[in-house]
Amino acid sequence: MSGPILAINNLTAVSDRDGTPILRQVSLTVKRGETRGLVGESGAGKSMIGKAVLGILPRAVRVTSGEILFEGRDLLTMPKVELRRLIGERIALIPQDPMTALNPGRRIEAQLTDGLRLTGGVSASAARTKAVQLLEEVHISEPERVLRAYPHELSGGMRQRVLIAAAFALDPTLIVADEPTTALDVTVQKQILRLLRNMQAAYGAAVIFVTHDFGVVAQVCDSVTLLFNGKVLEDGAVAEILEAPKHEYSRALLEACPRNDRPELGLRPIPAELIARLRREAAAP
Amino acid sequence: MTDDLLVAEDLAVVFGARRGWFGRDNEGVQALRGVSVRVGRGETVGIVGESGSGKTTLGRALLRLADVASGRIVFDGRDITRLNEKDMRSLRRRMQLIFQDPMASLNPRHTIRRIVTEPLLFHRVASNHADAERRACEIFDRFSLPIACLARFPHELSGGQRQRVGIARVALLTPEFVLADEIVSGLDVSTQALALNLLKDLSRDLGLSMAFISHDLSVVRALCDRVYVMRHGVVVEEGRCDAVFEAPQHAYTRALLDAIPQPRIDPGWLQRVATAD
Repeated sequence: MSGPILAINNLTAVSDRDGTPILRQVSLTVKRGETRGLVGESGAGKSMIGKAVLGILPRAVRVTSGEILFEGRDLLTMPKVELRRLIGERIALIPQDPMTALNPGRRIEAQLTDGLRLTGGVSASAARTKAVQLLEEVHISEPERVLRAYPHELSGGMRQRVLIAAAFALDPTLIVADEPTTALDVTVQKQILRLLRNMQAAYGAAVIFVTHDFGVVAQVCDSVTLLFNGKVLEDGAVAEILEAPKHEYSRALLEACPRNDRPELGLRPIPAELIARLRREAAAP
Repeated sequence: MTDDLLVAEDLAVVFGARRGWFGRDNEGVQALRGVSVRVGRGETVGIVGESGSGKTTLGRALLRLADVASGRIVFDGRDITRLNEKDMRSLRRRMQLIFQDPMASLNPRHTIRRIVTEPLLFHRVASNHADAERRACEIFDRFSLPIACLARFPHELSGGQRQRVGIARVALLTPEFVLADEIVSGLDVSTQALALNLLKDLSRDLGLSMAFISHDLSVVRALCDRVYVMRHGVVVEEGRCDAVFEAPQHAYTRALLDAIPQPRIDPGWLQRVATAD
């Protein structure tokens, strides 16, 4: 029970086009019910890890070595049929952009009940009842109206609620949340983060939370993996990394965040020399 | 003579209003109602709000890029509310705009050289191509942009470099007023801090007045002297940054400030609910 539900070991991936490393020997674990943040700037590889877990890496990215163990079984070598069932039922995704993640031509009801009907063998009426219940759980006040709506009739925050409901529909063990609040206003972001955290506690799901925002990490994650240029630089409990970052890049990145609560700190960009040196180090074997 | 460079009084902007037949008028949407702002010489003013608050519309109205239904805009002592396009043109160099998305505002088929030197020649800031080139090189050096970038196209630059080109293009014209609309929202924090520091130095060196539109209150606090908080097309609070951020008077400002997650452990934050009304 206490072992991790997900263990990524030495995952290495390269771009098929020119052999550029995308992930370099990435290892991390996720415990049951835990929220693990993956942080880094653009190009760090944080989204790629989430995509690798879900088996949706871009065609041009090829895994060259390593394993992704979900409850002890390697997702990379598992037969496609089994993987497909596992991804739907046990591992879910909350995507970044609620505008593009929903099919604009289908009503919310159809999109919310797809998973239930395809994998659970649930009848249409039972699926509908479940969908209403899910929408109530994500605090949508008129679930019947929303079920009949098309995505464009809903606000960004509402769409993200629908996607959270869809992710929890099959009671997954692990959820990959890829920058789920980046496109939202701050007040809406806070509501969605709170909702996600409460749903997660109620369902007991573990979450891989991909984000570039250290503030969000501090408020919702238990542990965090900091990435740079496809490589893990630091890994540990959130409080540890926020209060006593070991790696100089972690320190520099934290210092670069504008602090509204501590204006006397001003703006401190990451020194270009540090970035250049880390790139050289990452490239060296 | 006041020390304000740009003053807007009681601005209203209405979208989609139309006079119909038989009294069937379309009243349109009130994007701004009774908004008054002023930007002092050398001052950086923040305009914050969430989507739909009217902050971008306000910026566009200040530059006369959106039509004003009522109210008055005064630039350097001159009423520009009803100036025609031809008379505005002579003011355009003095009132510049830095765009949100440099990928969309830099012409993808022009080289960076053409992008930064063309406005210099158009506004007759540079006397000839050689002069324009020299000025461009100078500012690239100052912005730590490689001179080799001049020969490249926008897509060949990184996001941070593109944003710096956008700022350089405007700085070269030595304007008196610059409107910066969400110019760092697409950038990583490391490059964001770099671009903001650049802007800060620039406004100090050129004595620039700036209106900085952003949804990110932390960035506004780090950069601006004064701030206007907008919601539903009206200004709900204004004041010096330290005063507004330390002791917000309006409930909406408090809710907005509380909603920003800070990179420190704050166990009660997530479940704490602040209401905006």
